[in-house]
Amino acid sequence: MSLLDLMEYQAKELFAKHGVAVTLGKTVETPEAARAAAEEIGGVVVVKAQVKAGGRGKAGGVKVVKTPDEAEAAARSILDLEIKGLPVNRVLVVPGASIEEEYYFSYLLDRANRSYLCIASVEGGVEIEEVAKTNPDAVKKISIDPIAGVDAAKAAAIADEAGFPAPLRDQAIEMMQRLWDVFTKEDATLVEVNPLARLTGDKLEALDGKVSLDENADFRHADHEAFVIRDEEDPLEAKAKDKNLNYVKLDGQVGIIGNGAGLVMSTLDVVAYAGERHGGVKPANFLDIGGGANAQVMADGLDIILNDPDVRSVFVNVFGGITACDEVANGIVGALEILGDEASKPLVVRLDGNNVEEGRRILAEANHPLVTVVDTMDGAAEKAAEFAGAAQ
Amino acid sequence: MSIYLNKDSKIIVQGMTGGMGSKHTTLMVESGSNIVGGVNARKAGTSVELGGKDLPVFGSVSEAMEKTGADVSVVFVPPAFTKDACIEAIDAGIGLLVVITEGVPVQDTAEVFAYLQSTANVGGTKMIGPNCPGIITPGESLAGITPHTIAGKGPIGLVSKSGTLTYQMMYELRDYGFSTAIGIGGDPVIGTTHIDALEAFENDPDTLAIVMIGEIGGDAEERAAAYIASNVTKPVVGYVAGFTAPEGKTMGHAGAIVSGSSGTAQAKKEALEAVGVKVGKTPSETAQLMREVLQNL
Repeated sequence: MSLLDLMEYQAKELFAKHGVAVTLGKTVETPEAARAAAEEIGGVVVVKAQVKAGGRGKAGGVKVVKTPDEAEAAARSILDLEIKGLPVNRVLVVPGASIEEEYYFSYLLDRANRSYLCIASVEGGVEIEEVAKTNPDAVKKISIDPIAGVDAAKAAAIADEAGFPAPLRDQAIEMMQRLWDVFTKEDATLVEVNPLARLTGDKLEALDGKVSLDENADFRHADHEAFVIRDEEDPLEAKAKDKNLNYVKLDGQVGIIGNGAGLVMSTLDVVAYAGERHGGVKPANFLDIGGGANAQVMADGLDIILNDPDVRSVFVNVFGGITACDEVANGIVGALEILGDEASKPLVVRLDGNNVEEGRRILAEANHPLVTVVDTMDGAAEKAAEFAGAAQ
Repeated sequence: MSIYLNKDSKIIVQGMTGGMGSKHTTLMVESGSNIVGGVNARKAGTSVELGGKDLPVFGSVSEAMEKTGADVSVVFVPPAFTKDACIEAIDAGIGLLVVITEGVPVQDTAEVFAYLQSTANVGGTKMIGPNCPGIITPGESLAGITPHTIAGKGPIGLVSKSGTLTYQMMYELRDYGFSTAIGIGGDPVIGTTHIDALEAFENDPDTLAIVMIGEIGGDAEERAAAYIASNVTKPVVGYVAGFTAPEGKTMGHAGAIVSGSSGTAQAKKEALEAVGVKVGKTPSETAQLMREVLQNL
């Protein structure tokens, strides 16, 4: 299972779809478009960086401005920012709001209790983590039964426990049920409103939103595909996704291919330990090719790793469980044939498990000049790190 | 003895006629498991031959249980239908429900877990998984996809989030063998936890030592450590994968995500070591620690 984290403007679209009180504004990619948006909205507007990172305000990514000129200038400076290492490619322009009070509200998956949790506080919104530390009693944690969910009665109980002011109580109860719809009908693992604001005139509105969607549920949410922003992805990660490979780019030099997430994570560790003895080389990626390690899957995996300019050696670590090692060995030989001259970096292969002798025999017979077979996982990691270290 | 599964277990397969289901039913039959049939409402009344055994297909779990006396069900149905398959098996009162299916929406699993905890669980169903390799009691029975040829019967109980690390560890310790090896799955919501398995191994006379494999994410290992401190008298050896995983990146398993300072491999290792669990840096080193434990018993 993996998660798709939405940007603020995307979260707000989902809020609006389910009837949560929210102001959508306009999402734009250039300073000129920000000016046009400010002109159209009129009056005071807020220009907000759209990145998947917290602390946007402190990083200078949120600016309140009075005129279209200022909106353009604000957008120009925000689009130049990097926030927590992420480039800002979009800004959201929304009408300025007159905020009386700020609250916090969220629903989330509660792993420890294998259930759901609601967190609500009427003490401060954006500084919720600070409130949780200094005044933990003001942050209410209310467990939610996944089958019973949040109906009007449950929402009323939450509103009263959190202590929403009387003039806002009905709006809060309504919003909690609409946010519950967002959480359940969209298969989210997190729906957060921070701040949830009391605006002048006692109006309750979600001023910011954070939503994480469960990609395992994509089969019942064809519309979620539209939330994937390709230009924000690492190009190799995007390519891997197209090939249905589970790949994460890291910052080291030893390319890793293995089967099963646990074994691949373990492989990263073993390579990092070995790397300490070889100039500090580290794993270059996480790549899990899953159960069916046939020639095409192996070729797709190798293709992605060999296209990473940082990679100096590759460690193929496969435990033949259901997939027999002879199939894996044929996969490697076949992949090297498919790749031809593109395969140019040393490959260390460790096979164990089902039919391992036949697998090693196939690799020995192929006698490919780039391939070194090592019997143990620790030994193979050492060899791969040695190759990467020597190529430094 | 063993935990949860033994030679008397009668197993049905939900999704037996599908690709994964038929492949692994064949392997389970070949391993010696007592597979007594499958469930598929659209093919009820027919039968299929798998692994040289003619297996009847029933219209429902309750019918299968009535006709065969089955007490274990292994689920291979696709993710979109897994929740309903589980609810059906719980309603029928199956004893052990082993959910192999990968990619089940977490809200579906959360609902199934809430159902298991409710008064609706009339038969006291216990669930393993989802997204797991299942459970094997070597030499007796296999309910899942763990290759039965890796290791034989022995004194070690194994519990792991990860499938391939289960295989790797069984392979490393095939000179000793296993009472039962159980893969609990790496999803954020699972039916059987490390603690459940530790409790069962502690009470199993054939298990002399326990190897526990964890990975980054969540706090299951930390809670297991606290449980071990007050409830487990048998020696426990641990391994945690993901020391070098960067924060905030998902590594395949939903469980395997580090966010913030808790849930790191280092924190888990420290929690386990603080209660006397020896933790290996690599699978091989962990296996070596286990050998030393067994030699000193």
